[in-house]
Amino acid sequence: MAAPLCVQLEFGGGAELLFDGVRKHQVTLPIQPGPWDIRCLLVWIKENLLKERLELFMQGDSVRPGILVLINEADWELMGELDYQLQDQDNVVFISTLHGG
Amino acid sequence: MSAGAGKTARLPEDDGPTAAEEVLIPPPLPLRTELSRLEIERYARQLVLPEAGVRGQLLLSACSVLVVGCGGLGCPLAQYLAAAGVGRLGLVDHDVVELSNLHRQVLHRESRLGRPKARSAAAALRELNSAVEVVPYELALGRDTALELVRAYDLVADCSDNVPTPYLVNDACVLAGRPLVSASALRLEGQLAVYGYRGGPCYRCLFPKPPPPETVTNCADGGVLGVVPGILGSLQALEVLKIAAGIGTSLSQAMLVFDALEGGFRRIKLRPRNPNCAVCGDNPSVTALQDYELFCGSSATDKCRSLCLLRNDERVSVDEYKTILDSEVPHVLVDVRPPVEVDICSLPQAIFVPLNKLQAKDEGSLRLLGQRICEARQMSNENKAFPVYVVCKLGNDSQKAVKILQGLSYPGLGLISVKDIRGGLMAWATKINPEFPQY
Repeated sequence: MAAPLCVQLEFGGGAELLFDGVRKHQVTLPIQPGPWDIRCLLVWIKENLLKERLELFMQGDSVRPGILVLINEADWELMGELDYQLQDQDNVVFISTLHGG
Repeated sequence: MSAGAGKTARLPEDDGPTAAEEVLIPPPLPLRTELSRLEIERYARQLVLPEAGVRGQLLLSACSVLVVGCGGLGCPLAQYLAAAGVGRLGLVDHDVVELSNLHRQVLHRESRLGRPKARSAAAALRELNSAVEVVPYELALGRDTALELVRAYDLVADCSDNVPTPYLVNDACVLAGRPLVSASALRLEGQLAVYGYRGGPCYRCLFPKPPPPETVTNCADGGVLGVVPGILGSLQALEVLKIAAGIGTSLSQAMLVFDALEGGFRRIKLRPRNPNCAVCGDNPSVTALQDYELFCGSSATDKCRSLCLLRNDERVSVDEYKTILDSEVPHVLVDVRPPVEVDICSLPQAIFVPLNKLQAKDEGSLRLLGQRICEARQMSNENKAFPVYVVCKLGNDSQKAVKILQGLSYPGLGLISVKDIRGGLMAWATKINPEFPQY
């Protein structure tokens, strides 16, 4: 059994517009039988934070192309992507790439 | 047989003239061994920096930089590169200077409205530093021109404003072996990274798949505070100067993310080069430039896209709406733009219900709309479907709103006919009322 986890979620680059313009969310993830990995976190976000226009954030069970995921300031690819197991007080950032100049 | 005078020689396998032939490819810059007295005076404040010094200045003067895009990023970037004494600047832009550019594209002038941006920027830079060779390219960088141009320069700065161009520039840089300093800015945020430098990742390593077109916002739709690309373009110039002067960059395999509201930067550690990358990997599948507009499903301009969700009989033109207005046909006009845009300008007869409220099925908004339609219907004696017109800025959101309103229900609403106004308020401004503001 995994204990509840407190993590900070941040959305930027326009991704925050899918979350009522709120960039920082302190969330508590409930106890669940298995560990909390990013795959589970995305499902939790889909069910608890993201109310509409899911396709602007996700594609399949991952984030859509053009969104960079950071775990504690590092590219999630360095951390195991969807399989990374969240630790208490982790900071997860979702940044949409910008196309303006 | 000799090639025609002034023509670039063609290889025999070329099967016809290409746009690349019209592009001026300048010869390599000479390596220099000493600075003139005037140069010493001009660059004195950076010559005394041990990190730069005479050696750095000589390297700068022998360096050529291709600037892709002469907008909000390209202007401050090119300005600092010219001021610092870079040897040659190639300026690529297909667009012309518009009034709505001037708040952020600081090399352009009121006196040069309507002129090509590449020329406008070149004129400003020549005034700033006549020793810098400035080469304007009035063209949209495409697969036919990109590789040859990139090869002719030592370094490339991507200052573009759309989705396909960064992929095109990245692939050309990888194929030509040139480092790419890439920046972008929108609203109150910016991002900066260096790609393909000393074994670091390329843009495709990070973003192998382009974003779905419907998820991308441009400066015209999303807005941008002018100083934000100013900051990003300046930082981009800094990285170009560091690489050119042999200092090197600390933004390879890293990204700098700027948040203007918080007033802070975040430095992200990125993944290394991907050995399976389509273009810079060990066995690349991309060995020549592709059709990047096709790859990305969007166009290489920052112009707004036109949606087509409705049938012709579900839309009216601004001229038709003008006739409806002039003949005082009872109707309701619904403006679905966000409040921040309604504050800029609006039509007096409109009622305002933002599209996001409609999409969220906001009860208060739907009740207001139902009430207003019922009130207006009571003023008319007609029994047929009551006309409701929907307007937005350009005629895209209004189509989405029509789709939602076609399913509107409200006690006593009766039959309604919902149509949108093609081209929105900007078409109204262009075709009907030139006094109406355009934004």
